Amino acid sequence: MTETELLLWVRGPALQVATVIFLVGVAVRLLEILVLGRKVDLAEARGSAVAGGLRTIVMRSFADRATLQRNAFTEVTGWIFHIGFFVTLLFYAPHILMFNSVLGFSWPALPTPVIDATAVVTMIALVVVLIHRVANRVMRFLSRFQDYLVWLLTLLPIVTGYIAFHRVEIAPPPLLIDIHIISVELFLIVFPFTKLMHAFTLFMSRYYNGAIAGYRGVKS
Amino acid sequence: MSGATLERGIHAFKEAIDAPVASFFSSCVRCGLCAHACLFYTETEDPKYTPIHKLEPLRRVWQHEYTFWGRYAKAFGLSKPVTDEELGEWESLVYDSCTMCGRCSMVCPVGNDIAYMIRRMREGMAASGHAPEGLIGASQRAVTIGSPMGVKLPALQAQIRHLEQDTGLSIPVDVEGAEYMCLLSSMEIMNFPEYIGAIAKIFKQANVTWTISSEAFEATNSGVQIGVSDIAAELVQRVVNAAEKLKVKAVISPECGHAYFAIRWEGPNLIGKPFNFKVLHIMELMDQLREEGRLKTTGKETQRLTYHDPCQITRRGGVVEQPRNLLRMVAENLVEMPEHGTMNWCCGAGGGVSSNERADALRLKVFSRKKAQLDAIQAEGLVTACSNCRIYLEEGLEENNMDIPVTSLTETIAEHLADEGQTGAQ
Repeated sequence: MTETELLLWVRGPALQVATVIFLVGVAVRLLEILVLGRKVDLAEARGSAVAGGLRTIVMRSFADRATLQRNAFTEVTGWIFHIGFFVTLLFYAPHILMFNSVLGFSWPALPTPVIDATAVVTMIALVVVLIHRVANRVMRFLSRFQDYLVWLLTLLPIVTGYIAFHRVEIAPPPLLIDIHIISVELFLIVFPFTKLMHAFTLFMSRYYNGAIAGYRGVKS
Repeated sequence: MSGATLERGIHAFKEAIDAPVASFFSSCVRCGLCAHACLFYTETEDPKYTPIHKLEPLRRVWQHEYTFWGRYAKAFGLSKPVTDEELGEWESLVYDSCTMCGRCSMVCPVGNDIAYMIRRMREGMAASGHAPEGLIGASQRAVTIGSPMGVKLPALQAQIRHLEQDTGLSIPVDVEGAEYMCLLSSMEIMNFPEYIGAIAKIFKQANVTWTISSEAFEATNSGVQIGVSDIAAELVQRVVNAAEKLKVKAVISPECGHAYFAIRWEGPNLIGKPFNFKVLHIMELMDQLREEGRLKTTGKETQRLTYHDPCQITRRGGVVEQPRNLLRMVAENLVEMPEHGTMNWCCGAGGGVSSNERADALRLKVFSRKKAQLDAIQAEGLVTACSNCRIYLEEGLEENNMDIPVTSLTETIAEHLADEGQTGAQ
């Protein structure tokens, strides 16, 4: 396979297959949950389930003060790598161009140096998160192979993107971009089969949690 | 509970998994935050007490039965099925080290209602024969005798006679057409009969008509705690029948957290139809009477009093402000614990833990969480609204050589009731 053939394959069929697996996989996973349904609550309501559910979708992003103090490290590193990941994904100019070509609309980009710095912070945060997962007795106890795999597949697109952007001379620039795209494809393929699904399902679980509590008049 | 098999257990697990449960398992990222919300972890630092870990067998059944890749993983032998031995191992995690207090459900960043899942998981644990002896006994007594502690009607009648002599008030039994039918917990009948005297005084002052039913006086529901919905439904049905027979407008849950949750939130769902009467916790009714100006008190407690929120009444039940409104009537120096209301820490004895002797040592160990909360505010008195919390708070305090009296909110209000002549003086 020549370099051009690789480039065409990575940005053509491979990307299409990965995207289809991602989209169909996510849809199947969400449907699998929804078809299980939920019984109507026959107890007399004290509050609104819908209002409670919507409230918890938003408010569960913020821990209560004591929980925050007790788990400051987990909370702060979690926030940093999530925000960093989304900022680099959604506000880097070339990414926006790519989204525009698929979606047909675009939005303003952040200055490249800002993205550059964000990527560095995100990578550092992810390394810290891994160390925390291994060092913290509860997280180490709970962790399975999948948790480490997902960690790696989340880190790789940022690392490969960073290398490609800085044109680190380990390979010719187009090949660096190919490697970056391959890492994204791996991420997309694994997504529906792992805990990465939480990016979608947390809206459901937060809603259910808040709705169950809200029905009883509790803010959860 | 007879004929319990692994097959029945797995079937019950499958029945227990609905869309919320599936979304919860799909969302867990194993961040471990729930551990730090659970007193069984914080006080032991043993990671096996991490709340989400207690659900592992249920999670595996979900994965095998309700996920696309899980079905194949099981078919190809990549994921092993849940075994009876494994459920045996999990029994103590599901029953001894979880009070279903729901604090983890408030903290989980992806929104998993872990207590909701434990409640449902217990259905499968009981069906597979992995429920604790203590809870099995309590459930059997509840069905056959009518009380988990084996309290029979004559015992209640004897207590009523004593109380009527002591207070000079009548305690109505089986009065048709009364406004309210009051339930009692066996714990109250045997250990805290003063509660019955207290409501008699309060209702007399507020001019409320009420009754106790001789056919359904027990409020607690062991079926909910052990996780056998058939038993739970039968116990609820007894209350419904009595309430309908006496034509009351509301059933009043006593000072017991799980009893309130069972009748108020699970009751109609267990019997499969809405109630045609209301269910109120005694604190809700008293607060209503206070608002209507029908509850008058005199004098105030001056010591540093604090209120222990029973989990099932506050966090799981939604009665948060009422006890505080009532306490402010009679306490000058009401101090809140650092984490209170819906974020309060459990006493450690709820959810059937106190009926399960095997859990006694662990329960006393994790009391250190409540001790730290009380130490932080230098509490001089503790008020609560659950007789189960109350008796085990007393035990924990005694064990830790802490001299803090524990009182019932209803009794505290009754002690401060204004006499007829004094009404309106405060």
